[in-house]
Amino acid sequence: MSANHEDRHQSPASLDRALRLGIGGPVGSGKTALVAALCRTLGPVLRLGVVTNDIYTTEDADFLRRAGVLDPERIVAVQTGCCPHTAIRDDIAANIDAVETLEERFGPLDLVIVESGGDNLTATFSRGLADQQIFVLDVSGGDKVPRKGGPGVTTADLLVVNKTDLAKHVGADLTVMSRDAAAVRDGKPVLFTSIREVPEVYAVAEWVHGVVESWAHARAHHPHGPAVPSTNA
Amino acid sequence: MDAALLLLADSRLPAGGHGHSGGAEEAVRIGAITGPEDLARFLRGRLATTGLVAAALAAAACAVGEAAGDDGGAYAEPGAGAWRALDAEADARTASPAQRGASRTQGRLLLRSGRRIWPSPALDALARAVPEGPHHPIALGAAARAAGCAPHDAALATAYNAITGPATAAVRLLGLDPVDVHRVLAGLAPDLERVARASCATTAWEDLPAHAAPALDLLAEQHLRTEVRLFVS
Repeated sequence: MSANHEDRHQSPASLDRALRLGIGGPVGSGKTALVAALCRTLGPVLRLGVVTNDIYTTEDADFLRRAGVLDPERIVAVQTGCCPHTAIRDDIAANIDAVETLEERFGPLDLVIVESGGDNLTATFSRGLADQQIFVLDVSGGDKVPRKGGPGVTTADLLVVNKTDLAKHVGADLTVMSRDAAAVRDGKPVLFTSIREVPEVYAVAEWVHGVVESWAHARAHHPHGPAVPSTNA
Repeated sequence: MDAALLLLADSRLPAGGHGHSGGAEEAVRIGAITGPEDLARFLRGRLATTGLVAAALAAAACAVGEAAGDDGGAYAEPGAGAWRALDAEADARTASPAQRGASRTQGRLLLRSGRRIWPSPALDALARAVPEGPHHPIALGAAARAAGCAPHDAALATAYNAITGPATAAVRLLGLDPVDVHRVLAGLAPDLERVARASCATTAWEDLPAHAAPALDLLAEQHLRTEVRLFVS
């Protein structure tokens, strides 16, 4: 870590910062709704910041601001030049800059959520940007999606399957989705949600709170060493 | 040719370049760029004006890095005053506040990545001298020096950047045939070399080229006020 605290260009291999949580997934699966729900449930107990990446400029940031779940100044929008996957994986510079800007302005923070623009099943966050990542699917995309796998479904630290309230209308079998997801995810957790019916998303919020606590614990015990928090979900 | 120059000029350099269109997004929106012929004229104009100015500033920045020395032994903060003075020269040559903002953002991102890729006391000094982020050509010239390139290389990479960014943006926004666009770029190669040579002709900073492009200034200002933006600039 740099000894000069005025220097904003420090390397990311430092625990002296908030946990960075990436939330990715296809268009319309409920990423922004999940971010809003997490802000609503965790906002009272954690110091939060949010970075949105959206090909349609500030639409997601505006949605969150209107939802009134977080001080609008704590939501920063990043333009990705038509390349949402590039901005979270291959060239994360603009997102890192946005995260550090939030930490500089409002820090110390406990959690910075980086929401990706809607993309396909191969989009994942670079470990240089996100310490932990959630991939969000929805049942209306079809119950075969978990079986198709792809890096988002197989490697995300948490897989969220949203819009369970629509399952009966689109003929999606949640048991099949659960079984297929478990088969390709090697024991990593999967949670089913209906953000419309349960806007507090208790189970996801509990998982996020758990990884933030692990991060804080690691920070307290190894203040200068890089480490990855363990997830106990 | 130094292999480091290839790394520096590569659009895959993780420094946020993919989010900038250099005015091309707004030019497409108002119908000033509709196909390869319009694009070729836009790029030729950009290269001859802001492209030349940026290339000359980058060559000068590369020479500052050279003078500061990479061992860092002689000074605690090599070149801090020089960095601020050269950055002010860039400011004076950038009339549009929108372009100033975009240039500093790109410079800050490039410097953050550059310091991790090519660690050097000169880059550290630049970061301390201009904490809000130096102008992009200054960061590019300094990074070129840290990577082992000469001022002419820095100018060539900067001139190349000045046309390839908008060209790629036009491919993404208009769905142009990428081979057509690359033929346009290949046609501009002799101009790139001329600009790079001209960029190194001046040693006194006040005599550096100061070609203005009012149309690009206006595009940048309008772009910032457009509701739907896929690119930062």
